[in-house]
Amino acid sequence: MSAVPAPYAYPRGAEMEGSHATGWWGMVLLIVTEASLFACLLFSYFYLRATVPAWPPVGIDKPDLTLPLPMTAILLLSSVAYWWGERGVRDDRIGQLELGLGISFLLGASFLTLQAIEYSHKTFAPQTNAYGSLFFTITGLHGSHVLVGLIMNAVVQVRTWLGHFTARRHLAIQNVGLYWHFVDAVWLFVFASLYLSPHLL
Amino acid sequence: MLDPHGAQASHIADVWWGMLLVGGIIWAGVMGLLGLALVRGRWRGDGWQLADDYRHLPRAGLALIVAGGVALPIIVLLTLSFVGSRVLAAQVAPGEAPATTIEVTGHQFWWEVQYPAQGILTANEVHVPVGQAVRVTLRSVDVIHSFWVPQLAGKTDLIPGKTNQMWLRADAPGVYRGQCAEYCGLQHAHMAFLVIADPPDQFAAWVAAQQRPATQPTDPALQQGAQVFARQGCITCHAIRYGAGDTGGKVGPDLTHLASRGTIAAGTLDNNRGSLGGWIMNSQAIKPGNHMPPMPMDGESLQALLTYLESLQ
Amino acid sequence: MATVAERPERAITDERLVRLWETRPGLLGKLGTVDHKEIGIRYIITAFAFFLLAGIEALLMRVQLAVPENTFLSPDAYNAFFTMHGTTMVFLFATPIQSGIANYVVPLLTGSRDMAFPRLNQFSYWVFVLAGLFMYASFPLGQVPAGGWFNYVPLTSATYSPGPGIDFWGLGLIFLTISTTAGAINFIVSIFKLRAPGMTINRMPLFLWNMVVTSFMVIFALPALTAANVLLELDRKFGMHFYDPTGGGSPLLWQHLFWIFGHPDVYIIFLPAIGMVSTVVPVFARRPIIGYTAIALATVATGVIGFGVWVHHMFATGLAPLSLAFFGVASFMITIPTAVQIFAWLATILHGRPVWRTPFLYVLAFFFDFIIGGISGVMFGVVPFDWQVTDTYFVVAHFHYVLIGGAVFPIFAGLHYWLPKMTGRMIDERLGWLAFGLIFGGFNLTFFPMHITGLLGMPRRYYTYPPNMGWDGLNLLETIGAFILALGVLVFMWSVLHSLLHGEPAGDNPWHASTLEWQTTSPPPPYNFRSIPTVHSRDPGWELQYSDETAQYGDETLSRARETLGTTLHDARPEELWAMPEDSGWPLVLALALAVTFVGLLGGFLWLAALGLAAVLVATVGWLWPTQMKVVPL
Repeated sequence: MSAVPAPYAYPRGAEMEGSHATGWWGMVLLIVTEASLFACLLFSYFYLRATVPAWPPVGIDKPDLTLPLPMTAILLLSSVAYWWGERGVRDDRIGQLELGLGISFLLGASFLTLQAIEYSHKTFAPQTNAYGSLFFTITGLHGSHVLVGLIMNAVVQVRTWLGHFTARRHLAIQNVGLYWHFVDAVWLFVFASLYLSPHLL
Repeated sequence: MLDPHGAQASHIADVWWGMLLVGGIIWAGVMGLLGLALVRGRWRGDGWQLADDYRHLPRAGLALIVAGGVALPIIVLLTLSFVGSRVLAAQVAPGEAPATTIEVTGHQFWWEVQYPAQGILTANEVHVPVGQAVRVTLRSVDVIHSFWVPQLAGKTDLIPGKTNQMWLRADAPGVYRGQCAEYCGLQHAHMAFLVIADPPDQFAAWVAAQQRPATQPTDPALQQGAQVFARQGCITCHAIRYGAGDTGGKVGPDLTHLASRGTIAAGTLDNNRGSLGGWIMNSQAIKPGNHMPPMPMDGESLQALLTYLESLQ
Repeated sequence: MATVAERPERAITDERLVRLWETRPGLLGKLGTVDHKEIGIRYIITAFAFFLLAGIEALLMRVQLAVPENTFLSPDAYNAFFTMHGTTMVFLFATPIQSGIANYVVPLLTGSRDMAFPRLNQFSYWVFVLAGLFMYASFPLGQVPAGGWFNYVPLTSATYSPGPGIDFWGLGLIFLTISTTAGAINFIVSIFKLRAPGMTINRMPLFLWNMVVTSFMVIFALPALTAANVLLELDRKFGMHFYDPTGGGSPLLWQHLFWIFGHPDVYIIFLPAIGMVSTVVPVFARRPIIGYTAIALATVATGVIGFGVWVHHMFATGLAPLSLAFFGVASFMITIPTAVQIFAWLATILHGRPVWRTPFLYVLAFFFDFIIGGISGVMFGVVPFDWQVTDTYFVVAHFHYVLIGGAVFPIFAGLHYWLPKMTGRMIDERLGWLAFGLIFGGFNLTFFPMHITGLLGMPRRYYTYPPNMGWDGLNLLETIGAFILALGVLVFMWSVLHSLLHGEPAGDNPWHASTLEWQTTSPPPPYNFRSIPTVHSRDPGWELQYSDETAQYGDETLSRARETLGTTLHDARPEELWAMPEDSGWPLVLALALAVTFVGLLGGFLWLAALGLAAVLVATVGWLWPTQMKVVPL
């Protein structure tokens, strides 16, 4: 028979990153399916909008951008903070990771707080008409995704304090980061569709 | 659909027979190939040995894939696309100005029919002049229904919040049965209607009769029936129009010309005294889940009511 | 080949592997097993049970329709049965049974020890069971959904369908979707990352191509159903106006969202099934498939084009002619990739040596009946023809021909093909042929006349019909056919039971097939293969390139720890070792927590839903919390 091949001496899967890691694929596919969900909701938004001449319907003002604009900035910054934290763990600077995660969390929480305030200023309810239903459902679903992201952030923060992550082994940080950036990206689409386009189109 | 009496239905039936022929030939051809493959195989012996040329990829096999899987479908489908778009274009526009417009509104489980230009309001029955196109607009007050007279044309849905349009032309006089063709609830199966194609003078006569308001009854027998109509509460849902100003509700079909219609309960029963009596006393036993409650009453009232209703030509 | 006695190291390796991989005894093992084979079998049995329920619903409907103006079923019973028949067949049978077969077979086909996410696999199964129970709980509560399997609004709004019936349907499907999506993610990653070394992307069995494409379709299409159902439940339970025209909503929005999911869903059902055809044909034609690349590309093309044709379910809704024309042509185009596959299979049989066994019979039946369904489907692309026959028995005939001919027959082929691997016993050929004859004959007798009744004007979803329309005799024939079909299913069930009790032992490779699952025992050991095989061609069994002589003792057998080999996507070069989880109770706990949440939402008990969500959080964190890899010291 052929010569004895060398024993398999391969890296541990837990130290793999990106598309080499099964967990990364799992998160990416989850993101794709959630993105598809948001796409369906935005389709619904534009479909119902196309069936009526006036948008927002008579009696509702065009969306106020006073809060949403800073909300957008805050969310984008939270992604930057997370990215910076992730840079830290790659360079084995756990302190930077902890700080990045923490800042990202606070910014994310601020986003939700501002959203709650924005909701309280609205003159319409989800039950008022389709516009109201769409507005609260789409922003609400996005907000719940932000909330889930904050929970994920809190969990990896705890794991960071417990010393689970090193420069070689931090797939969970990468995956949570992917999810958080996704939530950020979805907000940009939601913002453009629900808040900006009534002013522009 | 296979017994067309209208322009659109005829056209579609012709296309159907053509597609059946071509489809049948294709299916038979593929089955023939399969049969050939199976029969040939038997001659190669039994057992599990691999085919002689199993290591090679026969060019003939790849050629079959291209010929049968790509070329044949493309040819057939291009032809069908061409034919289909021609048929669609013809079906969408009647090619003549419609003789009149009929407004149909779907309800659970009956059809409200109006001829706005002629001021006609009836239910579950449509009259059209033979050989002339009519436009039909379709609306619904509750759920989605579908207006389908297979001998005349394809179906179009009645969707709440949307007004759809179709056109019809019957090419021979006769009575054509229509049915609701979109599941609309418990009695979707009993929501039929009649489309009656009349020669021009009969159509004109029908229009004239439908335009006449009901006459206030002078015969005491009829008056008694009219009182039953009001007293038993029929008037809450049904209208009988005597002239300016409607009398009665609009929840159920307008009954001003009830006796002129061939069927009742949306094509469920023939329109005769016995059926009508049974329907009034307990429509739920005949069409459970329809929106008319049982209206039990004593025999004398019922007979008076029936006599009155039979007078509403 | 050296025997175990001559190679005692082999016995030691086997023993180590068994210790590493066997399911734990007791309750944790029973409920918490992560073995894809056990999970696959459970999926198949559960899905088959739903198949029987849906079949009974169909038989009851056929009894009602056997004669005109029948009073066997009330209209609400009939309407509930046709709703649940369609819903159960599509959501609780067709996709899950194929997930089950794939669950069993995919790691064996890839030459791996398990799926990429074994606990997620177990979770998918539990959610499927719980979601099915959730929907069927509507029966004892007397609140069965009756909106039809595609549930059009406004009929299914709170106004016209008061009560919780529709909520069982809508929430039940949102719940079920979690299972289907998790399964899809699992299949994609398993097929991408865990293939045996040397199993490059163009050497992998075609069934894996079908599962990857199907899984991507699930990822993209299922959210449309979830969106539709979420908006429906918001309308129904919270008074919103997505579908309500008086509030600015549109009933057509439901139809678009549903069919944007619904049309891809028929391919989600069809593609794994024809993956089984691509599996069975080469084995029973005794030669490698002709047109491998064509079939793989055709599968991808079907998956893509499948997203562009949904409006053909809405041709009668009054859309603009341009839209109708576009979607009609797109619907024609999807025929072409399927035709390519049909001729590839035909070419393979033509250049092969057909062997007549039961799995092959079902493939022949597939050709016979699916092509009829495909041709009738093409006819619908001529829009005015669709206007005549949509919503009639003609369309009922069409979709039963493509679903039963195109999916159920291949599933039966796959079951007959793989059951010997799963049970280690052959199914008696005579019983197989008898069941086949009854099923094939019964099916055609039931559904062929429906083409005719549809053309004669009989609409679908009618609980009864008037006499003297020309429908009476045909309906009676259809009812008789349905009972013959049912008898065939019973004979099939008997044949499986008989094989378990008295069946001939199957041995490793009773069909003399070429793929990796047949290179191990029947049933396989818990660890599937003693060593991860290296593959050099598409048909390793026939090329005899696979031999476990190349396996050495040590890490190639991966017998030190509970792990499997990860490889690169394209070229399947070995890359890393993945620690695989042991039996775990977390997936069941998470599934139960989700069930509690959905029950809370169904009943309007928001405190219960909140409690459920809290449990979901705890279970998710518990599941994902890192644990130690199982090791057996040397």
